[in-house]
Amino acid sequence: MPPSDTPEKAPSPGVEGQPLIVFDDVVKRFGKLTVLDHLNFSVAPGERVTLIGPSGSGKTTILRLLMTLEKVTEGVIWVADEPFSHMRRGQGLTPASESYLRARRKSIGMVFQQFNLFPNMSVRKNVIEAPVHVLGTPKDEANARAEELLELVGLGDKIDAHPTQLSGGQQQRVAIARALAMKPEILLLDEVTSALDPELVAGVLDVLREVAETTDITMLCVTHEMSFARDVSHRVLMFDQGQIAEEGEPEQIFGDPKEERTKSFLRSVLDNGF
Amino acid sequence: MFDLEWILQNLPRLLEALLVNVQITVFGYLIALTLGLLIAIVRRVPYFGAVLHAAMEFIRTTPLVIQAVFVFLLTPAFISPLTVGIVVIGVHYAAYTAEVYRSGIEGVAKGQWEAARALSLPVSRTWGAVVLPQAIRKVIPALGNYLIATFKDTPLLIAISVAEVLTVARQIGSASFRIAEVYTIVGFLFLIVTIPSAILLRRLERRYAAV
Amino acid sequence: MDFLIQRLPLYLDGAWVTIQLTIGGCALAFVLAMVFGIMGTIRHWLPRAIATVYVEVFRGIAALVLIFWMVYALPQLTGYQLADTFAAIVALGLNVGAYGAEVVRASINAVPRAQVEATVALNLSWSQRMRLVVLPQAWAQMLPTFGNLVIELMKASAVVFLVGIVDLTAVAQNMREATGETLIAFIGSFILYYLIAQVFIFGMRLLERRANRKLGRAVPGGGGLLALLKPEPVVTKSGVAK
Repeated sequence: MPPSDTPEKAPSPGVEGQPLIVFDDVVKRFGKLTVLDHLNFSVAPGERVTLIGPSGSGKTTILRLLMTLEKVTEGVIWVADEPFSHMRRGQGLTPASESYLRARRKSIGMVFQQFNLFPNMSVRKNVIEAPVHVLGTPKDEANARAEELLELVGLGDKIDAHPTQLSGGQQQRVAIARALAMKPEILLLDEVTSALDPELVAGVLDVLREVAETTDITMLCVTHEMSFARDVSHRVLMFDQGQIAEEGEPEQIFGDPKEERTKSFLRSVLDNGF
Repeated sequence: MFDLEWILQNLPRLLEALLVNVQITVFGYLIALTLGLLIAIVRRVPYFGAVLHAAMEFIRTTPLVIQAVFVFLLTPAFISPLTVGIVVIGVHYAAYTAEVYRSGIEGVAKGQWEAARALSLPVSRTWGAVVLPQAIRKVIPALGNYLIATFKDTPLLIAISVAEVLTVARQIGSASFRIAEVYTIVGFLFLIVTIPSAILLRRLERRYAAV
Repeated sequence: MDFLIQRLPLYLDGAWVTIQLTIGGCALAFVLAMVFGIMGTIRHWLPRAIATVYVEVFRGIAALVLIFWMVYALPQLTGYQLADTFAAIVALGLNVGAYGAEVVRASINAVPRAQVEATVALNLSWSQRMRLVVLPQAWAQMLPTFGNLVIELMKASAVVFLVGIVDLTAVAQNMREATGETLIAFIGSFILYYLIAQVFIFGMRLLERRANRKLGRAVPGGGGLLALLKPEPVVTKSGVAK
């Protein structure tokens, strides 16, 4: 079924304060496969949420929906009290147009598992391209900011290098700088260390810890790095079969999981040496 | 401007001539397929192979039409232009199909050669039963492209007065002064042959890609 | 040998016509290939349909038939006569452009999806995505096949002698008629065709190398300029990249 055109009223978010992101009864299907099954949750501004769970449980799909790389099958995603997967039309909601999405997703950045740096551009160009062309930042300013950000991720000396000359860990740090250059309110991290050699993981996670400590960017993070999740996140959501199996503070989820599914998942992750 | 009655009157003659194009295509293509395979195999012989490769490179980088005229002028008169045309087109395209076969042969895993050696298969069986069946299967779609390309090159033989469709069209045109009609019809005749062939070929390609 | 040296100016005139036809045809073919190739990747059905019609029609008609039509039929239909050389360039460009459009389309579609997703994450518009990310990456993939198409266009241009344009093939014919020396008269043209082709091949390989270097890829074959002279297989005639 396509996203509903029927008039819908804004849900009144039931959490304390005003949530930044709300998933309201979101369903995502790929053909017959249901990946997200009537999912409801919200994220507060500045909150850092880690999504864990077995592969195929729908974690990455949540990030891809927020980045508008996929469309919801049912339900509505809200960002900053405005519909995001849809747009208002009269009293009701209608699936968002491309131009609406372009206007709205400006505040969201994403870092991918496979870095996805542009191989036809230098490191510097990768970082300044979007600020210059999308935000209209003057070139000097964008350059200064790029230098600052690359310094932050420890790659100040690589600014004129080519992506293929960098290690995977360095490429991923450039990708983080590239995402931050757009000054996102929300940062999506999709298994950002899964494609890296083990010895390169720490460098990337250190950069993200730094970002978490020094900014108030809202972060949604899919990861298998449990110690990282414990350190930086305010809340952990355990997914299984397209639904939230358990949620809570990191100490509780990792120290004293209630659900059998959570326990067995954590066991399997630890066994695999993550 | 376009006189339907006149068109219908002259269509049979053009269609008949188009059959000559088909004939050239079929025979030329058969030469290209067999000769190309032979060249691809012989190319692996040291020295002679290199000379052969250079010759093929020369054929591929010079125009078919001048090759046809050149060979036609040098052949004795008792050989018909049609035969000359078929042979020249066949050899020209053999220079291309040889490259296709070569890529197919090089794509056969090294282990296959080694396995054949380990079983002490004779050279003929190694090629005939192991290498070529695998190599050719992979390049069938690429070879198919050359069938259509061959067909589209057949009107070049107007240069040596083969009675193919463009030659006949020119005759009709100069006799009737209905030049626009006659060449437009020829254009459509080409589309009627090439578009369905291209669609068919794409199907074939998908089928072989799926295996 | 003296035969050829004495008549070299005539051969060079013919070669110059062939080169003009090739460059003119390639320029037009390139523009058409880009426009219709990009149209073929647009999601909306209308531009895609237009691109398909262009490709199928002009790929389907033999270049020679197209030239005859341009030179002989068009004036009768419109009352307007194009200069023969110009008509030939248009016909060659339309024909090869159709092959090129398929190459462009296939190359754009071969740019990894992840790259497109990264442009969405950075909120680039469609035109920015094409201009800044997709086309620069697809370019390196187009070039080898474009190189083959340049040679195909040069070869296809030889048919223009049939409509009375004095190119390299026409020179060979004229020479033969003037002197009766078939072998030598034609060998002169063959050699020049071969040389022209080698120059174009060399130039296209230079472009290819530059494009690969821009993407930070190792140059296949490696080495200096001389490595470019090494023969490389010319596989696709129809130019459809897989």
